[in-house]
Amino acid sequence: MKEVYADNNATTRVAPEVKEAMLPFFEDLYGNPSSMHHFGAQVEKHLIYAREQVASLLNADPEEIVFTSCGTESDNAAIHGTLASYPEKRHIVTTKVEHNAVLHYCRHLQKNGYKVTELAVDRLGRLNLDELQNSLSDDTAIVSIMYANNETGVVFPIEQIGQIVKDRGIVFHTDAVQAGGKIPLNLSTLPVDFLSLSGHKLHAPKGVGVLYIRKGTRFSPLLIGGHQEHGRRAGTENVPYIVGIGKACELAQSYMEEERIRIGNLRDRLEIELLKSIPKARVNGDQGNRLPNTLNISFESVEGESILLLLSKEGIGASSGSACTSGSLEPSHVLRAMGVPFNAIHGSVRFSLSRYNTEGDISYIIEKLPSIIGRLREMSPFWSALS
Amino acid sequence: MNPINFDYISSNPLLPEVKNAMIEAIKKDYGNPSSAHQLGEEAAEEIEKAREKVAKLINASPDEIIFTSCGTESNNHAIKGVAFAKKDKGKHILTSDIEHNAVLKPIRTLRTLGYDTTSVSVDQFGRIKPDDVLKAIRDETILISIMHSNNEIGTIQPIKEIANIAREKKVTFHCDAVASVGVIPVDVHDLGVDLFSFAANQFNGPSGVGGLYIRKGTSLWPLLDGGGQENKRRGGTENLIGIIGMGVAAEITRKDMESRLTHFKMIKERLTNGLKENIDDIIFNGHPEYALPNLISLSIKYIEGESIVLMLDEKDIAVATKSACASGSLRASHVLIAIGRDYADAQGTLVITYGRDTSETDVDRFLEALKKSVDTLRKMSPLYQKK
Repeated sequence: MKEVYADNNATTRVAPEVKEAMLPFFEDLYGNPSSMHHFGAQVEKHLIYAREQVASLLNADPEEIVFTSCGTESDNAAIHGTLASYPEKRHIVTTKVEHNAVLHYCRHLQKNGYKVTELAVDRLGRLNLDELQNSLSDDTAIVSIMYANNETGVVFPIEQIGQIVKDRGIVFHTDAVQAGGKIPLNLSTLPVDFLSLSGHKLHAPKGVGVLYIRKGTRFSPLLIGGHQEHGRRAGTENVPYIVGIGKACELAQSYMEEERIRIGNLRDRLEIELLKSIPKARVNGDQGNRLPNTLNISFESVEGESILLLLSKEGIGASSGSACTSGSLEPSHVLRAMGVPFNAIHGSVRFSLSRYNTEGDISYIIEKLPSIIGRLREMSPFWSALS
Repeated sequence: MNPINFDYISSNPLLPEVKNAMIEAIKKDYGNPSSAHQLGEEAAEEIEKAREKVAKLINASPDEIIFTSCGTESNNHAIKGVAFAKKDKGKHILTSDIEHNAVLKPIRTLRTLGYDTTSVSVDQFGRIKPDDVLKAIRDETILISIMHSNNEIGTIQPIKEIANIAREKKVTFHCDAVASVGVIPVDVHDLGVDLFSFAANQFNGPSGVGGLYIRKGTSLWPLLDGGGQENKRRGGTENLIGIIGMGVAAEITRKDMESRLTHFKMIKERLTNGLKENIDDIIFNGHPEYALPNLISLSIKYIEGESIVLMLDEKDIAVATKSACASGSLRASHVLIAIGRDYADAQGTLVITYGRDTSETDVDRFLEALKKSVDTLRKMSPLYQKK
């Protein structure tokens, strides 16, 4: 059976070049980079190189790169590290459509006496920047707003947002886990203090992330212990994975120009064909400001989970909602925040592509999906009531 | 000549079976364990298999084990997690003078948040008297954090007795067992601990993955908050490859325990006798009986430990003066000061650690090289000349 993997916003295949780069560190190069002796030193230089590779993708200084265990840790560390540095400030601004790594963490803090503003989005998933402006006060310690949404792919105007936040002298964090490696990020001009990346969203393995910390930003670490990562993240360095994410960033950078356009064309073709062949379908999110690889599409009167099961039987991997919340049956908080009607939220599917997807993959989805939706609608009481 | 590793505790080679399992897993490209599709399900199964193997190593039930990114994270999680979950009951924490920085530093941070701490002292062998713990407990005490064995001098603590006291006094007991798990047999039920930290890279498993045992019913806040992974106890996409590696390492380590202990004992005896015969004016640190079998802490009078490390490194022999996590700092080890070594002796201390693949020839080569280096350094030492 043909297999098409179109769930790359959940996780990506580890690139063959990344696997290759990691292997020696499972064999002879097992030294601890913090050790004084040669065993450690020969490993440390690879750590330095990986840091440069990541910095280059972000156009940042290597010293501004901290390796973590995942995107969630990066997000938690940025917020925690800022609040701990400004104990007198008790207000956090974020959005209703953040990933849970930010949203749940903020709600957790809310229970502990912090004031949290969750900015709303409009029907296309866009923020109102006046609302952002009005939410800021002298008590605001940090603003955390994602670069691109994991479910809809909607890209926020981070440069403008950062400008508004920085004009007020407030710390700005952006969760760029979905944007990293997919669209260019230039930290030398972007007014951002903290930025999070995750390895497994850009063809490195699960279990490694990055936190960019702009030089001069006050920070208090989340993991405390040894001196690793210049005292910004204790814990023995996960060397093979760090080498892996370094390589993955290098690859992302070299493929960026070409692939961004090719993947965007694939996504557009998928979108156009599906809208043409399936009635009562709608695209979720601002089509003018989206990641090139993401399509979130709702089919009225069917269940997303059933669509996924039938797609899976045909060898197609996609998702409804984000993988991190797919253990729960709650409808997507992102689509709810956008006011997507109930009947459509449940029938939403996210296709997210990577550089490993081909025209053939898209044709295969276009071939299989209409009959799946048709079958499910035949069984659906909502659909028969409507038609 | 082959490099020889007597800094085994900082870095050790992956077991061949671990390496193979991890490389297999990298090649196999699983999905996100939290995704609904088939690849994701397979990944989730692999994680549960690994969890069973790890649980068995310490005689826990699998649902009491969470995977973390390292021993440091496990310790931070346990300490901050209890401190925040029980803050309404009290704000007093008990620990000891010889804990690892991954315990000492988070506790120090809690002090800045209004927590009160008491540190119990140790005797000249580095042992804690359970009675001292009992006496230090107050009504407001919410947490006792004492390590199972020390990573610099190898002393094993009377954990069972301390756990008994903690239970009687209804205080949560966390035990940092990073230096013990996978080295000597441990049984969390027999010990009676509530929280137990460990890391895979201490038993020929990968870096970047650790574990935390959480006894059922222990109230604990998550350190990383985000997705619902690890039964809502640790947000963040699971480090699948690392977890698979840890599972295999745990299984083999448990099965090989007996034969490895015999090997450790043999190496320790050969080293100890060789050191006594070849070098005068030395002190063995730690407890003669309650001691890790894979570690020797040796103070060599009239020399600098760092110089020995550098001289041996030229001969391709790795050894350490203290834990790699602290090797960035030039301060004397707080552990050696706690057992009453003076500053000069502490500076002349080596931590010699070895593993399952250390041979008798390695020991002999090490002893010969060490003797030569010590002789050379002492010839230059005015203190030794004076004697």
